[in-house]
Amino acid sequence: MAISQMVGASIKRREDPRLVTGTGSYVDDLPQTALVYMHVVRSSEAHARILGIETSRAKEADGVLAILTGKDLKPEFGAPLPVTVCFVPDKKYPNHYPIAIDKVHYVGEPVAIVLASSRAAAEDAGERIEVKYQSLPAVVDIEKAIAAGAPVLHEELGSNLSYDVKFAAGDIEAAFKEADITIKQRLIQQRLIPIAIEPRGVLADYKTFANKLTVWSSTQIPHFVKVWLAVILGISESNVRVVAPEVGGGFGSKIRVYPEEILTALASRRLGRPVKWIEDRNENVKATHHGRDQIWDVEIAAKKDGTVLGIRPTQWLNLGGYCSQFGTFQVLGMLVAQGAYKMKAFDGRAVGVFTNTTPTDAYRGAGRPEATYLIERVMDLVARETGIDPVEVRRKNFVRAEDQPFTTLLGLTYDSGDYTITLDKALAMVDYKALRREQAEKRKQGKYMGIGLCTYIEICGLGPAAPTQAATGVSLWGMSVVNVHFTGKATVIIGSSPHGQGHETTYAQVASDVLGIPVEDIDVQHGDTAIGPMGMDTYGSRSTALDGNAVHISAMKVQEKARKIAAHLLEAAEGDIVYENGKAFVKGTPSKAVTIQEVAVAAFQTSRLPKGMEGGLEATTFFDPTNFVWPFGAHICVVEVDAETGATRILRYVAVDDCGTRINPMVVDGQLHGGIAQGIGQALFEEGVYDEAGQLRTGSLVDYLIPTASDLPSFELAATITPSPVNPLGTKGIGEAGTIASTPAVMNAIVDALEPFGVKDVAMPATPQKLWQLMHRNGGTKR
Amino acid sequence: MRRRVAVTINGTKHEHEVEPRLLLVHYIRDVAGLTGTHVGCDTSNCGACTVELDGHSVKSCTMFAVQADGTQITTIEGLAQGTTLHPLQQAFWDEHGLQCGFCTPGMIMAAKQLLERNSNPTEQEIRVGLEGNLCRCTGYHNIVKSIQAAAKVMAPGAERKAPASVS
Repeated sequence: MAISQMVGASIKRREDPRLVTGTGSYVDDLPQTALVYMHVVRSSEAHARILGIETSRAKEADGVLAILTGKDLKPEFGAPLPVTVCFVPDKKYPNHYPIAIDKVHYVGEPVAIVLASSRAAAEDAGERIEVKYQSLPAVVDIEKAIAAGAPVLHEELGSNLSYDVKFAAGDIEAAFKEADITIKQRLIQQRLIPIAIEPRGVLADYKTFANKLTVWSSTQIPHFVKVWLAVILGISESNVRVVAPEVGGGFGSKIRVYPEEILTALASRRLGRPVKWIEDRNENVKATHHGRDQIWDVEIAAKKDGTVLGIRPTQWLNLGGYCSQFGTFQVLGMLVAQGAYKMKAFDGRAVGVFTNTTPTDAYRGAGRPEATYLIERVMDLVARETGIDPVEVRRKNFVRAEDQPFTTLLGLTYDSGDYTITLDKALAMVDYKALRREQAEKRKQGKYMGIGLCTYIEICGLGPAAPTQAATGVSLWGMSVVNVHFTGKATVIIGSSPHGQGHETTYAQVASDVLGIPVEDIDVQHGDTAIGPMGMDTYGSRSTALDGNAVHISAMKVQEKARKIAAHLLEAAEGDIVYENGKAFVKGTPSKAVTIQEVAVAAFQTSRLPKGMEGGLEATTFFDPTNFVWPFGAHICVVEVDAETGATRILRYVAVDDCGTRINPMVVDGQLHGGIAQGIGQALFEEGVYDEAGQLRTGSLVDYLIPTASDLPSFELAATITPSPVNPLGTKGIGEAGTIASTPAVMNAIVDALEPFGVKDVAMPATPQKLWQLMHRNGGTKR
Repeated sequence: MRRRVAVTINGTKHEHEVEPRLLLVHYIRDVAGLTGTHVGCDTSNCGACTVELDGHSVKSCTMFAVQADGTQITTIEGLAQGTTLHPLQQAFWDEHGLQCGFCTPGMIMAAKQLLERNSNPTEQEIRVGLEGNLCRCTGYHNIVKSIQAAAKVMAPGAERKAPASVS
């Protein structure tokens, strides 16, 4: 095996030169002639029957080619939009078509499409369409939606309840009997709007006489989209190609098969011309799915010494107007809510409810931020109740290194991890004891500093195939092709579909290490269903653990064939061949080596190959690991809340993360920075708000605040490295860790800062107004 | 009713008849064909469309193309000299100042103006200076580092002088 040179190296990203010069092509940048533009007319009503759609005035407008409604298109849908099992096999959900047929269930739902010669013409004509609605009472609130007499969204389901299921293990009654203290708390996971800076966009080109469809989409999942376009449109899968070009961020919001992908394709098939739709931000905030929107009620059983005996959480999930494709993925939060801790019993309940709001689905972390917020708030609530330092409560309850591989009450097995190492390192970085002294001093001066911890674990990887098939209805694995060309350069094809994660760089590093081919001679290709056998795409911090390892394995297979060829060329026994840094030689005689470039030439001059060996130097891998991977870490946030204004300032943010082997530490740190910022956004700023009638009140970036540069500090990062035992590279995942850890760290810090005011919990987002009110609710008197 | 507009973009003269309501960003992208300038919102919040217009950084979605008549515009495509990157482009690459890259052109154009006004900004001055440009990937951490690194290279008297933008 080659000596590792590239894995672990912070080399610069090969994606960047095109991106910093503005020469990368996102969907809206693709050159295309004879384009037709699609404008989607969306429901202005949260809940209504469609009585009729008057299109004649619009059809007469300049440049209009066609106007189509749900009724026009219904016969062309071979199936409704897909919905996966995602932890709730018996959930109830309605058929969801890409466009409303006779009823609308949320503001922003498509009701008609306009196809015109320019975007402006399409939008102008859209304004001339009159949709006649019969308004129905709307419901946006989870609890109101399942109260008696609530308006029912989908009459065929009988109520707004999709599911109500238990996730329980251990004797919870015994745990509460044994408890010295019990705590009840409601935790709010407000609705979040993902806001990838590139809104979605689709370009569909159907070639009538070839019966071939190509779709370019700003998506995280081109392979899934290909399959479902084939199914819904009734086109042979082999005649459908989906390309994810440059994709300007996803964060889960581009993880499902979207109505506009189907609608542009149908329109292109009807018109025989390429059809483009580009989402504007005004559409994006209602047409692209939202995240979170859950209420978690928890009861905690604990002992005076800080031992947590058991918890009884209920997750109330707002599904929105339909069940989105992975709409119940957030129920994963229930399965991992035990966190980094041992306990005797877990009694969970998950409830899913339809409301007249934009459907919710995966958003950075999808279930894990919610679970981590729950268990990390639980640790702090127990600390407050017992008077024990939050650090010590965590230590007391930690799964210990000697317990690994540890199996949780609900039956998941952690792969590795000593949770004290990241905690100790983070505590040392902030000098925790000195910080607590500083806090005490500041309080005397009327300054409210808070220190918040989060010691998270995270499930990622997604596969292995068998448990993901059982839990989600989709078998997940990693895929790669490594192909060495005649001149010894290589192409790597991956099944993941990056949108900012830098796979073109990191996977070239992986292949370079194994083959000894310089990293600049390896091209990594992705995001195009025409180039590889199949892929499971990018989400859930899965890519490096799956596809990254698949690249390693394919490269190893190629190296194996190269050894055989080298042995033949050197007239030596294969067992005597050493392969090092791109050279193969007989053990002890490195001066008589054949290079990988020479081997590659022989691989295509097939007469030079050993008898019976096929030509080419290529390998394909479908990698199915033995377990998920379980990164972990400790984040510490220090805040100061201004008593005059209620504004929170983050003084320090320290993160120590362990994601196993770090292929490119620079890229890993970048993932953490962005994740931490997004989690801070949830803690301090972001909230998607509907009024009672179902109108979105945070309908633009003026009302929906995401963090700006001046809202954030520079982050202090460090790492420990505990290689995963379940894949050859020892990698875990890191894409969501920052988001998972930072929200509870910030909120624990804010609650800690407000401790003198008797504050035990703050509902997110912790806006200045909210905090000011909490600090002044008793005329500003402290406890 | 179309109106004539003539602008110079990255040193090249462009002259077209356009609808008065055409936004400058759409003119740059769809008429001039320079798609490096991106559109990320409808409310002038995100800054992805930032360009330089007569020496000022401008969100090109806040102007009509006809208002730009007679101006000199530099877009992200105008920064590199041949294959030599502008120091800011180089610094964003060196310091991992981008991930998905969608905000990057606007971010670099805003940073260019920031450094032209203040060649040696503090971290806080950089952060405040970037308030009009949103990034969802980087948490701004490495964007700040990129601009600090570029400032060193671009500072008056620095060894390697910044190539002037084409105008």
